[in-house]
Amino acid sequence: MEETNKMNETTKKDEQTSTQKIGIYLWIWLLLFVLSFFSYMVDWYQFQGMLRWSLILFFMFLKAGLIMAFFMHLFWERYALVNVLLWPMTAIACFIFLMTAEFKYTLFSRFFYFVVGGA
Amino acid sequence: MSEQKIDGFELKPGFKGMASDTGSDQTMFKGVHWGKAMMWIFLLSDTFVFSCFLISYMKGRGSTIVDWPNTSEVFSLYVGGVPVPLLLIAIMTFVLITSSGTMALAVKYGYEKNRKMCGWLILATAVGGLTFVGMQVFEWSKLIHEGVRPWGNPFGASQFGSFFFMITGFHGFHVSIGVIFLFIYTYKVFAGHYESKKRGWFTKMKGDYVEIEILGLYWHFVDLVWVFIFAFFYLW
Repeated sequence: MEETNKMNETTKKDEQTSTQKIGIYLWIWLLLFVLSFFSYMVDWYQFQGMLRWSLILFFMFLKAGLIMAFFMHLFWERYALVNVLLWPMTAIACFIFLMTAEFKYTLFSRFFYFVVGGA
Repeated sequence: MSEQKIDGFELKPGFKGMASDTGSDQTMFKGVHWGKAMMWIFLLSDTFVFSCFLISYMKGRGSTIVDWPNTSEVFSLYVGGVPVPLLLIAIMTFVLITSSGTMALAVKYGYEKNRKMCGWLILATAVGGLTFVGMQVFEWSKLIHEGVRPWGNPFGASQFGSFFFMITGFHGFHVSIGVIFLFIYTYKVFAGHYESKKRGWFTKMKGDYVEIEILGLYWHFVDLVWVFIFAFFYLW
């Protein structure tokens, strides 16, 4: 019984100081290369419209997620840190939403006054 | 990575852990080195800066009535007389991802106290970053020769130049600063500052391999920003 307890303690100590296995970094590295290659192919094959935009966004978010989760270790961090970092992103999403409305309005006014010539 | 065990405090996993960490009347980021927490806070603020640039680019590009320049033609390179779209940008992307990978491994080897491996990998990262900046200089001078200016260009909407120089310039500035620090830390690792616990500048903090992880966070962030610039500015 005491033997096993000692065993447990040593393995626990090892866990504390050990890092992630090298395999996971190499896999993520490879995946990033493959995803970058795919996003380059989006331009190579000249996909247009909705297909192009959705593919670009898909590969972009996948790459960003992999980098943040594994290379920046967020996957292994405590939620207190992860949540402090990720929730402010909703403010950026709000800003994008507001500015989308804004550029549509600007575009409309430019067409209306510069091209159509006003009312 | 944060410590998995802290004396005198039970670390609960998940959202329960978040609640108890935050409400513990102690430091909030349990087991996270203060330097690392500060780097994260800095990166968060930097995220907002880059977001503002990219959002203003979206607003500028969306509201112009002149056609936006076709980036896959503007950034093409001629290889044997044939234009290859976005060739330089693709190579730059691969170089930056390569350097991100070597950095991730450097952090791992640093924590394993493998000084030599860590040092060589940081040096490789620095060389990758330098290559990236070099290619960006080439790209800038090529575009300037072709007549791209912040106030106009021969390819289309005149806002193109200002957004291009501002966004890629600010990113390139980050890469350059990163390269400088990578070289400094290559020296520090090879000189054994983390074994001898030599103190850093402006701090009483004793040298520790956690500094390599902090440097790594910055470098991965630079790569992360490039992912977004590549998607929105070059591919869109």
